[in-house]
Amino acid sequence: MPKPVTEIKELYKISNEIRENIIKSLEKAGSGHSAGPLGMADVFTALYFNVLRHDPKRPHWRDRDRVILSAGHIVPVWYATLAEAGYFPKRELWTLRKLGSPLQGHPEYHSIAGIENTAGPLGQGVSVAVGMAYSLRHFAKSNQQVYVISSDGEQNEGQTWEAVMFAAKHRLPNLTMLMDRNNIQIDGATEEVMPLDSIRAKYEAFNWHVIEVDGHNIKEVVDACNQAKAIVERPVCIICHTIPGKGVKFMEGKYQWHGKSPKGAEARVALRQLRTMGGKISVIDSE
Amino acid sequence: MKISAKQKLVKNLFSKKIRMIPTRDGYGEGLLVLGRKNPKVVVLCADLAESTRSQGFANEYPERFVEVGVAEQNLAGLAAGIALTGYVPFMSSYAVFSPGRNWDQIRVSICYTRANVKIAGGHTGLSVGPDGATHQALEDIAITRVLPNMTVIAPADAIEAKKATIAMAQMEGPAYIRLGRAESEVFTTEKSPFEIGVAQVLASGTDISIIACGPLVYTALVAAEELKKKHKIKAEVINCHTIKPLDVKTITTSAQKTGVVVTVEEHQIHGGLGGAIAECLAEHVPVPIRFVGMPDSFGESGEPAELLSKYGMTMEKIVSNVLDVIKVK
Repeated sequence: MPKPVTEIKELYKISNEIRENIIKSLEKAGSGHSAGPLGMADVFTALYFNVLRHDPKRPHWRDRDRVILSAGHIVPVWYATLAEAGYFPKRELWTLRKLGSPLQGHPEYHSIAGIENTAGPLGQGVSVAVGMAYSLRHFAKSNQQVYVISSDGEQNEGQTWEAVMFAAKHRLPNLTMLMDRNNIQIDGATEEVMPLDSIRAKYEAFNWHVIEVDGHNIKEVVDACNQAKAIVERPVCIICHTIPGKGVKFMEGKYQWHGKSPKGAEARVALRQLRTMGGKISVIDSE
Repeated sequence: MKISAKQKLVKNLFSKKIRMIPTRDGYGEGLLVLGRKNPKVVVLCADLAESTRSQGFANEYPERFVEVGVAEQNLAGLAAGIALTGYVPFMSSYAVFSPGRNWDQIRVSICYTRANVKIAGGHTGLSVGPDGATHQALEDIAITRVLPNMTVIAPADAIEAKKATIAMAQMEGPAYIRLGRAESEVFTTEKSPFEIGVAQVLASGTDISIIACGPLVYTALVAAEELKKKHKIKAEVINCHTIKPLDVKTITTSAQKTGVVVTVEEHQIHGGLGGAIAECLAEHVPVPIRFVGMPDSFGESGEPAELLSKYGMTMEKIVSNVLDVIKVK
């Protein structure tokens, strides 16, 4: 099991690296979602480099914590994080969405090391995660944690609430949802498409414990996950307030970048901005 | 009619005293056997434990029974999650809800994922009778057999349903079993052979192949007897309990021999067993076919027998289709 990275500065370097690889892989793919993956890079970094009990060299390790991605369209951040953590070589990232690649446009269970579920149609991953958490706790009697990555747009799906009710009924203490609250979905602002406020009150009414964090403050995310582990009487929803497209100025906060990828020049500008952000201004390579 | 001795059918096959048990009871019994034998088997149900016959398992093994409430989409997702941790979940509901309402979850979270989930669809066909068209599952074979990685089984009687349930747990991967609510003839025995993917030639004949699934297999046998007595037609009757994967060899061998086929099922004539047989024969042995089943229509309230009669899934209808298709031979 790798040692958790505890230096916050180090964690930010990692998340910046992940963002660069998201941009590069999307640019090479020629299609895919940009805003969500960039927005969740800090949360994924917190999970895989500090919070999780896992081992990239033993992806099938029986006692590992599970990460389930329910918002399947942000999978580029999952791939980039898994590669960064050493689950598979980074060169695989450049095959994203290409024919024959294990890096499918939406995640496919076990297509490559570390991918724990199939997702795309929203709402399904939350159920799968709840089923896993129930099974690990009640059948396997283990204390493994299940982290499910959901999104605000996904709360539109009825299935999400079926799963949320079930998790509350069984007070699943080993289940933590990290919800990407970035306020956008494909057709526009979440509050215009289908208002969610107060999403906190909704989860509390369903008997979940709710924590709200700045999804770009890695320390806050790590602390919230640790707090969630300590809350044993109910499942926990960590609402991660994020900026869609975080790190790339022309994408930040723009719902138009929900479902498209940066083309050549756009990608070069994006990388330049990210590298400046990481404090390592460098010549942009031509790859 | 030449009933195959190998099939070990009941001795009183055409007696009025033949036992009547719904196939769902066989499922319930199969679950109890699995509960005893396989600690990895767990059962989920969406607020229909009694009528899907999951209740017996729930009583015996409460720690392995999961009540999901009226939430079939979540039922499928939970089952997938449970399967991914190494257990063998059976998820029970009515077929109109599961695989009806939760088809997308079955497609993605179960079939695409290759999750080892077993789906039991109850109250299929017209067997739910008075509840009416909303609850009569007549499309379930079509929507399950179209899914990659899925196995689809429609057992012919309660004993076969029990065997099929047990066999599903022994195979790896997603599987669907189709169950009926109404009492139906128990014509196979504990000794009758059953293997997923192997169709059974119950009666051999040379003039026509009658290929059926579910409780209507018995009706097909009665029709074959009638054909022999009244029309001197020797019908071959095949119990095609596994619609996917289809036993291509048994089906094509029979069609080659007889040259004409009638399919029989309590399901829409489009996309079900008849569709599967037509696809198979169009490719391998193109012969004339007639389809006995629901004629592209919704059902209605009524007693199951009345409905089968009104919508043409009877012995008489099988006979008339045989007489019709045999003319073009």
